[in-house]
Amino acid sequence: MSTGGPNPPSTPHVKAMNCPGCGAALSLRSFTQAVTVVCDSCHSILDAQDPQLKILQRFQKATGEDPPLIPLGSRGKIRGTLYEAVGFQRRTIQVEGIAYSWHEYVIFNPYKGFRYLTEYNGHWNDTATLRALPTLTPYAGQVSVAYLGENYRHFQTAQASTTFVLGEFPWQVRVGEANEVTDYISPPRVLSSERSGNEVTWSMGEYIAGRDIWKTFALPGDPPAPTGVYENQPSPFTSDTKTIWTIFGAFAIFLLLMMLGFSSFARDEQAFQGAYTFDTSARGEASFVTDPFELKGRTSTFELSTTTNVDNNWIYLNYALINQDTGQAYDFGREVSYYHGYDSDGSWTEGSRSDSVAIPSVPPGTYFLRVEPESDSGHGTIHYEITTKRDVPQFSFFGIALLALLVPAALITWRSMNFEHLRWAESDHAPMESITGGDSDGDDD
Amino acid sequence: MTQPAANCPNCGAKILFRWSSSVQTVCEYCKSILVRTDVDLKKVGQVADLPPNSSPIQIGTEGVYNHHPFVAVGRIIYEYDQGTWNEWHLVMNNGSAWLSDAQDNYVVTFAAPGRKLPQSAKVSEQFVWDNEAYTVSTITKANYRGVEGELPFQYWDKADVVFIDLMSEHGKFATLDYSDEAPVLYLGESVEFEDLKLKNLRTFEGW
Repeated sequence: MSTGGPNPPSTPHVKAMNCPGCGAALSLRSFTQAVTVVCDSCHSILDAQDPQLKILQRFQKATGEDPPLIPLGSRGKIRGTLYEAVGFQRRTIQVEGIAYSWHEYVIFNPYKGFRYLTEYNGHWNDTATLRALPTLTPYAGQVSVAYLGENYRHFQTAQASTTFVLGEFPWQVRVGEANEVTDYISPPRVLSSERSGNEVTWSMGEYIAGRDIWKTFALPGDPPAPTGVYENQPSPFTSDTKTIWTIFGAFAIFLLLMMLGFSSFARDEQAFQGAYTFDTSARGEASFVTDPFELKGRTSTFELSTTTNVDNNWIYLNYALINQDTGQAYDFGREVSYYHGYDSDGSWTEGSRSDSVAIPSVPPGTYFLRVEPESDSGHGTIHYEITTKRDVPQFSFFGIALLALLVPAALITWRSMNFEHLRWAESDHAPMESITGGDSDGDDD
Repeated sequence: MTQPAANCPNCGAKILFRWSSSVQTVCEYCKSILVRTDVDLKKVGQVADLPPNSSPIQIGTEGVYNHHPFVAVGRIIYEYDQGTWNEWHLVMNNGSAWLSDAQDNYVVTFAAPGRKLPQSAKVSEQFVWDNEAYTVSTITKANYRGVEGELPFQYWDKADVVFIDLMSEHGKFATLDYSDEAPVLYLGESVEFEDLKLKNLRTFEGW
C-alpha cells in the first residue's frame, strides 16, 4: 500500500494566504477546486490555481457593497449533504431599461463538489449543473425543452452580467462579464442554460423556502419575505384546483343520479281540482273549505297551482292544507296579479295569471283545503281554479347545490389563473391583457 | 489476482503491482516512470511534482460500479485553463475503466475501440455510437501534468492534448481523446458520488 511510500497522500487543508493586492489574509475554503478567489478586503479577483495568486481583476469601485445574506464560511445541510458557503456574486439583467439583480451563493463539499443557491426578492432556488443534455422541442406553440421526460416552457432570455463578487468560484469570474442566460420553467423546477463563448452550460434549480435555508445554515433573524410571484415558484393553487374540480365532478354526477332517481320514483299524480268564483263586491265571509281528498304513497311534496283570470287586477289567496285526522295544518298565502298596458316604450306586462307553490314533506292521509280569497272591492268577479299534485319531483335543490359547489371551484380556479398571470407577467411572454380586467397594479413593484 | 514483484531499476525499491496487466507504473519512492518489458522494468522517465489536487479519490480507493467492485490503481492528471482534473485508472474484475474527477463531477468511462471516429468536431455537433446520440458539449485543450500508479498503457512525456466531451439526453457521456495520432473513444456515464459507494477516500481537514 502507498502508506509504505515516502510521500503518503496528504490531507488537504484550508490554505491561508495573503492577497497580493492589499496584503490581507485570505483562505481557500474549497482547497484546490476553486478557479478564482476574491479578496474580502480589496475585492481584487485572484487566480486561485496560481500559487502566487495572480491578480486577474482589480476591485471596481462601481460594484458597490452587497453583503451576502449567507456569510461565507457558513455550513448547512442541503439534501442531506453538508455544504459550506464559499462564493457569492450578484448578477444583473436589464429589461426595458430597468436593472433586476439576483444573488448566487457558491456552496462546496469536498466530496460532492459545487452547488449553488440563488436568491431573488426573497425567492430561493437550490441549483446544480446537469448531467444530461436537455432537448429543444416545440411545445404548445412556443420554445420549450424536454429533460428527463418533463417539458419546460421558455420563460426568459437575458444578458446577465456579474456586478459584485466575493469568495471562491469554480470558474473564471470577472466583474462586468456578461453571459446569455435562458430560463425554462416547470414549477417548482427551472432549467437554465448559460452561454459563454460557444459553450453552453445547463443547470437545474428547484424552488426552496427561505426559512429552510435560514434553518439549515442557522442564520439569525428571518429570511427576507418573498415579494411577487417568482418564475418557478410552485402555485399554491394547482393541487387545490385539481382537487376541487374532482370533488365538483363527483358531486355533480351524484346529484344527477339523485335527480334521475327522484324523477323516476316520483308519482306526480293529481290529487284535487276545483274551480271557483270570487265576487269582490260581496260582503261577508269569503272563506270556504273543499271536499276532502286522499294524499297517497310516501311522505312527499304537495304542489298547489292557482290559475286565475285577473286582468289589471290582483287576488290574494290564504290557503291551509289541513289533515282531517290529525288536524295538522300547512298555512300559506299566494298572491296572483297581472297588469299590462302601453307607455312611451310600447306595451308592457307585469306579473302572471297563474302561480304554483310546493310544500315539501307532506305525510300521506286525508286532507282538505281551506281557502280565503281577498282583493280590492269593486274588482268584479274573479274566476280561479285550484289544481293540486302529489309527489312532484323538485329540481331546484339540485341546482342550488351545484351552484354552491361551483362557487369555491370557480374561485380557486380564478386565483390559480391570477397566480399564473402574475408569474408570466415577468417573462418574455407577458400576456397582453390582464385577466383581472383592469390595469393590474400592486404585487409587481 | 497475482501480484508480480520487481525492483525499481532506478532506486532499487520494491515495486508491487496491484493489477497483473499493468503496463506502466510509477515508483512511489523516486517517482521514476517504469514500463514493463517481457523480463524487466525499464525506467522511461521521471514524474515532476504533481500539482496540488483535492480529488477525494486516491490510489487504493475502492468502490462499486454497476455491481462490479473496483479499485483505483493509477491516474493521469491534466491541467487546463480552469485548473486540473484526474483520470483515475480503475481495475474491475472485468477489465479496466476510467473514473474522471473534474471539480468533483464524476464520470465512469470504458475504452470503446472499433467505432468510427471523427478527426475533429465542433461544439453542438452530433455523433451516434451504439445507438445513442451524443452532442459535443466542450472541447478542452489540456496539458498532461503527470501520472501516478499503474496504467494499462504507456503514457508519459505528453505535451498538449485535446479532449472532446460529449453528452447525451440520457446522461450518457463520451470523450474523444486526441492524445495520440489516432483518436480514442471512451463511452460511459455521469455518476453520483454516493452511487460509487467509495471507501478508503482522502480526508479533508475540518470535514
